[in-house]
Amino acid sequence: MKIAVCIKRVPDMDLRFAIGADGKALDPAGLKYDIADFDGYAVEAGLRLVESHGSGEVVVVSVGPTAVQETLRKALGMGAHRAIQLDAEVVPFDGMAIAAALAAELKEGGYDLVLFGRMATDSANQTVGPMTAQLMGVPCVTAISKLDIADGRGIAERQLEGAVETVEFPLPAVVTIDEGLGRPRLPSLKGIMAAKKKPLEVKPAQLGAANLTVDVIALPPDRPPGRIIGEGADAVPELIRLLQTEAKVL
Amino acid sequence: MANMLAFAEARGGALRKVALETVSAARQAADATGGGEVHALLIGAPGIGAKADALGRAGADVVLVVEHADLGRYTPEVFAATAAAQVKSGGYRGVFFSASAEGRDLAPRVAASLGVSMASDLTGFAFEGDALIGQHPTHIGKIVTTVRLTGTPAVVTLRPGAILATDADRTARVQPVEPALDPGSARVVVTKLGGSGDAQLDLADAPVVVAGGRGLREAANFALMEELAAAFGNAAVGATRAVTDDGWRDPSTQIGQTGRIVSPDLYVAVGISGAIQHLAGMRTSKTIVAINKDKDAPIFKLADYGIVGDLFEVVPVLTEAVKKARAGS
Repeated sequence: MKIAVCIKRVPDMDLRFAIGADGKALDPAGLKYDIADFDGYAVEAGLRLVESHGSGEVVVVSVGPTAVQETLRKALGMGAHRAIQLDAEVVPFDGMAIAAALAAELKEGGYDLVLFGRMATDSANQTVGPMTAQLMGVPCVTAISKLDIADGRGIAERQLEGAVETVEFPLPAVVTIDEGLGRPRLPSLKGIMAAKKKPLEVKPAQLGAANLTVDVIALPPDRPPGRIIGEGADAVPELIRLLQTEAKVL
Repeated sequence: MANMLAFAEARGGALRKVALETVSAARQAADATGGGEVHALLIGAPGIGAKADALGRAGADVVLVVEHADLGRYTPEVFAATAAAQVKSGGYRGVFFSASAEGRDLAPRVAASLGVSMASDLTGFAFEGDALIGQHPTHIGKIVTTVRLTGTPAVVTLRPGAILATDADRTARVQPVEPALDPGSARVVVTKLGGSGDAQLDLADAPVVVAGGRGLREAANFALMEELAAAFGNAAVGATRAVTDDGWRDPSTQIGQTGRIVSPDLYVAVGISGAIQHLAGMRTSKTIVAINKDKDAPIFKLADYGIVGDLFEVVPVLTEAVKKARAGS
């Protein structure tokens, strides 16, 4: 089984963010980077599929500057077999521009499955996976929390609002991963050593036109500072009064 | 003057609340750009066309109804092909979906098959000249990104609850439309729709969300949360990741960075300390109440109304007080 996993390098979301000088990007000072949350789950899902099928290959792919090699090496440390960097100075905000580059690379690659995290934690567009599938002309299932592959077909579950869909589809296919398939493993020391010797190929990214761009970014408006209105059950009447007269939600 | 297309999401033969929001947003867009028509695309099993009236009231001039025995469930490839074909023939300036689970699956397929870019999860938008400018919460809600989408049509998804449905008092014309792809040829097929059912209020639709954390100590104690939700009458019960990871609650009810993002009128956090990953899922709630025994818990920095105390003492009293308040109103 040959699996590609498309991953993105994103800033660590736990840090305090500041706006950069151009107003369009985060101030890079003090930022740390890692593989995007759901992309880590996708790598894990790919590794488990290959392990359970006894043979195969997991190829991790990332669009971006040289810095994404660090993210690719981490995935190699987790156990991916080789990596491809689609070199681009800047990762476009437009999912369609990224999908064009990924589809161009993956279309003739002979992959049984192309996995994505369901959404990058930074740009939060949730579009690259299904757009890549559409451009490749293969079936696509998004935001799955369960996946079984057998006899060239997949069965997946998707969480909807208040319901679960069971979806069946033929391979090759693009699948985007929510949580639920297993937490990403940490690279072992042995894995990290081995990753240094695994192949990492660099190719120019054939990005599409960017028609979705960032005008400006801002910190969200501050909420009023929190207010403790009292202690214990004695505070309940005051809470009810505030909910009725001030917040007007009761 | 420009026409707009809105995808009207239905499930189990009923419109979802986001269908009305999407149509109303398209109505606002049409009115703001010279008063063009709003067309709503409604796909479902035979009989779904009966829901056209509600879409008219939300602002649709025309409801394009696709009825097919095999389309009672979401069928992504048929829905996408049908929407794309309609966009090609209809000449729309904007194409609107909800950023619901279905809309987020469908919209990128439609955009890519039309060869256009799209903007996601907007909380507000306006057409300015040849561009659509929209506000998009990014970076787990810690950044608001103003995006510029050029090209026609502008395909967007709208964050549920951000743009409210309005009563436009229109009567929509119904126009039957054929699916653009034979449902029998779909490669991706939804074979089952299960889960908590349609009767229960979903987290995304509920005006009030009551959420519990580790402070509840064990799964059985979520009965307190169920009772509080029942007292409000319009509430859904959510949970933190710690709670869903431990299997106390269904994973689909997890609120936070890797779970659901909710923005209700009232969010009641019970026994939740307020880890940043949880705050990412609820910080845009209009009013936040927190009940926690630790006065230094981070949730109190965000809560409009905090009560420091033992939740096992406070919540039952609150439940009774809410019941009484609602009975009196």
